[in-house]
Amino acid sequence: METFVWVAMGALMLCSFMCLVRIGRGPTAPDRTVAIDILGVILVGACALLVLISWRDFQLSIAIAWALLSFIGTIALGKYLEGKAFDE
Amino acid sequence: MSDRAAVILISIGVLFDLLGCVGLIRLPDVYTRLQAATKCVTLGTCFILLGVAIWAFGVYRYPTGVKALICMAFVLVTSPTAAHALARGAYKAGVKMEGPPVCDEYAKEAER
Repeated sequence: METFVWVAMGALMLCSFMCLVRIGRGPTAPDRTVAIDILGVILVGACALLVLISWRDFQLSIAIAWALLSFIGTIALGKYLEGKAFDE
Repeated sequence: MSDRAAVILISIGVLFDLLGCVGLIRLPDVYTRLQAATKCVTLGTCFILLGVAIWAFGVYRYPTGVKALICMAFVLVTSPTAAHALARGAYKAGVKMEGPPVCDEYAKEAER
């Protein structure tokens, strides 16, 4: 079980590396914003995988908080791209 | 038994995550990257969280399983909403599509 979790974690790290490549290379600002959003969702999955090794569930609390913060940040960046304030 | 189910579900989820990220690297413009990455990564992360929840119920750790299900619900609701806001923001920021668009509802709305 532990070996499987580390292999899956390596695959998720490969995914986040691809997101980092897109953040670095992306020609426009929306490209980078999309990659930041996807990076947040992938890291939520990685936090959840840690539970299978450590048998403690505070990582899931971190995952919930991370999902919500990533959502708020992405909405704010989308509004910024649109050229409006956050409450319009 | 629940171990095996969790391993299968997590494998499917990681596979979807990888395919979504390959789409994020390979596709030509913002909108195609957005749809490939958002759909695949949302489904993949939901499968990973479902696998963790089934593993936790199998070893009688009910609070952990319920937390994983709550996290899954959050991801399932917030990720498409954020993607929709981003697509709208990218269009309003003036990013062009690769090639002529098949359907462009925002432009029709602006003509009206």
